[in-house]
Amino acid sequence: MPAALEQANESVVSVKDVIKEFGPLRVLDGVGLEVERGQTVAIVGRSGSGKSTLLRCIAGLETVQGGSITVCGHPVGRPGSAARAQLRRDVGMVFQSYNLFPHLNVERNITLALTLVKKESKGEAKRRAAEVLAMVGLTDKIASYPEQLSGGQQQRVAIARSLALQPQVMLFDEVTSALDPELTAEVLGVMENLAHQGMTMISVTHEMGFARRVADVVVFMHQGKVWETGPTAEVFANPRTAEFKQFVGSEL
Amino acid sequence: MIQLSFNHLIYLVEAARWTILLSVIAFVGGAIVGLPIALMRVSKSAALRGIAWGYIQLIQGTPLLIVLFLSYFGLGILGYKLDPLVAAGLSFTFYAAAFLGEIWRGCIEAVPKTQWEASDCLGLNLFQQYAYVILPQALRIAIPPTVGFMVQIVKNTSLASVIGFVELARAGQIVNNSTFEPFAIFTAVAAIYFVLCYPLSVAARTLERRAHAGRS
Amino acid sequence: MSYKFDFEFLAERWPDFVAGAWLTIQLTVLSIALGFLVGTLCALARVYGGPVLRRLAGGYVEIIRNTPLLIQIFIVYFGLSSLGLKLSAEVSAVLALTINMGAYTTEIMRAGIESIQRTQLEAADCLGLTRLQTILHVVLLPAMERVYPSLGSQGVLLMLASSITSQISAEELTATANLVQSDTYRSFEVYVIVAVVYLALSALYRLGFWAIGLILFERRRRLGTPL
Repeated sequence: MPAALEQANESVVSVKDVIKEFGPLRVLDGVGLEVERGQTVAIVGRSGSGKSTLLRCIAGLETVQGGSITVCGHPVGRPGSAARAQLRRDVGMVFQSYNLFPHLNVERNITLALTLVKKESKGEAKRRAAEVLAMVGLTDKIASYPEQLSGGQQQRVAIARSLALQPQVMLFDEVTSALDPELTAEVLGVMENLAHQGMTMISVTHEMGFARRVADVVVFMHQGKVWETGPTAEVFANPRTAEFKQFVGSEL
Repeated sequence: MIQLSFNHLIYLVEAARWTILLSVIAFVGGAIVGLPIALMRVSKSAALRGIAWGYIQLIQGTPLLIVLFLSYFGLGILGYKLDPLVAAGLSFTFYAAAFLGEIWRGCIEAVPKTQWEASDCLGLNLFQQYAYVILPQALRIAIPPTVGFMVQIVKNTSLASVIGFVELARAGQIVNNSTFEPFAIFTAVAAIYFVLCYPLSVAARTLERRAHAGRS
Repeated sequence: MSYKFDFEFLAERWPDFVAGAWLTIQLTVLSIALGFLVGTLCALARVYGGPVLRRLAGGYVEIIRNTPLLIQIFIVYFGLSSLGLKLSAEVSAVLALTINMGAYTTEIMRAGIESIQRTQLEAADCLGLTRLQTILHVVLLPAMERVYPSLGSQGVLLMLASSITSQISAEELTATANLVQSDTYRSFEVYVIVAVVYLALSALYRLGFWAIGLILFERRRRLGTPL
């Protein structure tokens, strides 16, 4: 692909008509979403609206029953396929429950995939770990174990762990929902920095303040559909649907 | 190839009755000695706790086979006739008491501390506390692991064959000595043990699951 | 009681006991290690395997756990040789003890593996780890740490149970005792000695498991907290 094309409005994540069912329950009902390089997208909505499921589909953690998802031009693919391996190089995922490996210290949590997946040498991996820990402001915790860290610190390590693999796009699944307000702020601060550095990000979030301040695009999901979407300022200034109006009202 | 006759099978099944009898003796004996052991383990007296602990360590650190030999030959030293049934009964009692004592100690300790405090506040003495408050609750917790341990008892009675007691395992050896069909015979013996043990295993697991479901 | 204890035979026969104890150690360390391997594979099959694998592993566990070790040893030693597969007493002992240890380890490790949350697997997946890498680096070690006390107890139980292999004349500690007592007629004394040796071995094995735990579980060594 010519370099010029790649830069202008290149779509990093492309979701088309995705349908996802859990048994008889249709959780995603024809969802579409385009995310361009460098964009920060906030997906908002009530619980049960399908927003986390959408993110998990993009991460390849759920198989879809219809439609297509491509990331950096590659289909998401099935577990174990070459496409899946490619997806893992392109996408980083951060979970609500941090999901650090409890038996490994902070450094090993970060270097594990670097040495096993990227086949980096121990030295390279350790250098990289120090680098990303500095980015999230936790240089002094490199030898700590997850249980010794606060929730906010654990979440920042989880972000660093994903960043170390240098993904094209980062997915955040309600990453502050389990945290106190203070700890929420430190995690959101890290995410805001990332956004400013040009990382492509999709974040499922309850933090309307964060969405307004940082997101370029807001996606409001309702009943398994993208109910309303657009540039952040516009969408919040002129909500078109009653559901979004009500949602924004209740969140304030 | 299988020359095992119907009569042989009948002989094995009849011998299994001795396995069951030995198991019952072991369980009853083990329970009678094991309960005091368990109570001693949670006693306030360090001496009692130490004795019970030492006993459990001793039995759990020695092979049952050696306990059997010691009982068998020990009887001789004490001037009694060497009787496999008595020796086996004694050994299995010692053995089961140590394991049941340890299992039941855990069950007694699993009764919430507040139950002790509450019954204490009501003016119950130690005996009344155990009899009316603690043990009835511990009993419910104890049933699944106790049933599970019965499986170990039934299997381990096979060791009584070594001192010449004719139960299922020894009967298998006797049949084998005349038919030389060890694979078929010992498979049949194993099958009979399985029939005795598997229901106990399933019961233990079901009770365990039910107890867990009841708690949460 | 007029019985006089006489331990004089020890002066002459102690090398026999040492040799017997050494064989017991060799047989059981090998069986515990192999049994752990078998049990871990079966536990993985029980948790992550398809329906057929799950059934097979489950059946193996139930058959072994509900039949006596003595009979298992007889089937391996006498039974297999009658079918044309002649194994030495030592090899039969290791085979039977391994099969036995494997079944108990399956149940123990299964509990450990099931305690690893699905989200840990998802995190490993998202980092690009393969299934095998995930099992090796994310599942097995913490699973093992959670059930390590049970594994250790089972190892000690197996060491003690290995005395049963004396019944197929593997020349281990108990068989040595049987031999010495038939030579000296000091039966009670012989078994007292052997009981003491087994007690010492139990303590040694517990110490060994504790030391291996220290080496394996770095986090625990540093923090001392349960996982």
